[in-house]
Amino acid sequence: MRDLVHDGDTVALEGFTHLIPHAAGHELIRQGRRDLTLVRMTPDLVYDQLIGMGAARKLVFSWGGNPGVGSLHRLRDAVEHAYPAPLELEEHSHAGMAVAYAAGASDLPFGVLRGYRDGDLPARTRVAPIECPFTGEVLAAVPAHRPDVGIVHAQQADRHGNVQLWGITGVQKEAVLASARSIVTVEEIVDELEPRPGAIVLPAWVVDAVCLAPGGAHPSYAHGYYDRDNGFYRAWDEISRDRDRFATWMRRHVVETADVVEYRASLAEAVPA
Amino acid sequence: MTGTWTADEIMAVEAARRLRDGMVCFVGIGLPSLAANLARRTHAPGCVLVYESGTIGAKPRRLPLSIGDGELAETADAVVSVPEMFAYWLQAGRIDVGFLGAAQIDRHGNLNSTVIGSYDSPAVRLPGGGGAPEIATGVRDVFVMLRQTPRAFVPSLDFTTSLGERVRVVVTDLGVLEPRDGELTLIATHPGVTADESREATGWDLRVAGDLRETEPPSGAELAALRSLREAA
Repeated sequence: MRDLVHDGDTVALEGFTHLIPHAAGHELIRQGRRDLTLVRMTPDLVYDQLIGMGAARKLVFSWGGNPGVGSLHRLRDAVEHAYPAPLELEEHSHAGMAVAYAAGASDLPFGVLRGYRDGDLPARTRVAPIECPFTGEVLAAVPAHRPDVGIVHAQQADRHGNVQLWGITGVQKEAVLASARSIVTVEEIVDELEPRPGAIVLPAWVVDAVCLAPGGAHPSYAHGYYDRDNGFYRAWDEISRDRDRFATWMRRHVVETADVVEYRASLAEAVPA
Repeated sequence: MTGTWTADEIMAVEAARRLRDGMVCFVGIGLPSLAANLARRTHAPGCVLVYESGTIGAKPRRLPLSIGDGELAETADAVVSVPEMFAYWLQAGRIDVGFLGAAQIDRHGNLNSTVIGSYDSPAVRLPGGGGAPEIATGVRDVFVMLRQTPRAFVPSLDFTTSLGERVRVVVTDLGVLEPRDGELTLIATHPGVTADESREATGWDLRVAGDLRETEPPSGAELAALRSLREAA
């Protein structure tokens, strides 16, 4: 990760409600990355942590809440009070984000959708009307996402670096293919990938690095490996609400742990929040 | 809360009653998920639940906490990518009903889920639109579920996140509103609630239908199905 992610980069950590690459986010925090432009449909806890630790300059997103719980307090503090640093926003709808990733993966300059019509969002984001040359219908053009680095978490890689993920596969394929460089963390490395229904396979030659990170989606989940830690999402509401409590928690469980194994062990030792 | 049910329960029951067997519903987490799953457990077992995480035809045995719950993927007819969900399914017009909530609603059913205050220096930064802008213009009928207070039912939105043109019904904790002549109008009050109470909970001069009726109380069967769904969560 140190070789592939640099200060000031545009980074997309994707995983829509499943396989969220938390271990990779934690490693960016340990390495003290700064001035990142963070791209992600649902910032979730992983970006709440990066933003709260001052790693981000800008956020490109479409829904910034704690799913099923409420607010992302570190994101709100950054937007409402510029704490710990001001955060520039580029805000989209989910449909717009999805089209922008797909355009990036296709090496097109923009994607097209029937959306962003009226309302106040179009004036606040990067979107422009475009007329269909065949029918005259006015559609919305969204500039392609082209992150410097795309990072996703998957269930398995084989020894050659081919990657397989399954269950809810979100926008991960598009995020990897839209990015100049890519990193995949995995639950396990196997001798041979066994085909799964509905799986995505990323061939080794579109992936720059594969890192073994068992449990690396926690508190999100890895279909077939472990469940979503719903209690953690609820506990995060309290942990993240207070600046000092957040900082203490991050120091104890992320900054002062070496990797995902120590992170998981530190949570097991801690008194439940 | 009135009688022997909670505000959440009567909201879920009223919304569920509007779903028909075979309808394809785009469902968010919370009350919409509760309502749509209740419909499947009662009068509309063939109601198709679509969650924006990509699960089509999900048949959850317990209520999911997140739209990406593994239970949804395991019980779905198909699991598709997010770009496919928004392009092939929502944008292409394959969804009958979309549920939306918000922090604010105006008399035309326009919704704000983006900010309270100004965009550049908000008093409260809300999560944002997510799927809502294209749900609001991509489904045939929008159902809104929202607690009725003067802070939520406002004369003018701080930010227009999604448009109200396809809003067919707003189910609140006090009653039911539907658009009549382009303006949300109180058409039913829940048992024990008066039209005046509903008007007081609205930040604009709420129109009341001439044929105002009382919501039918939740039946024992509806409440039992609802409570068993919640207990299984």
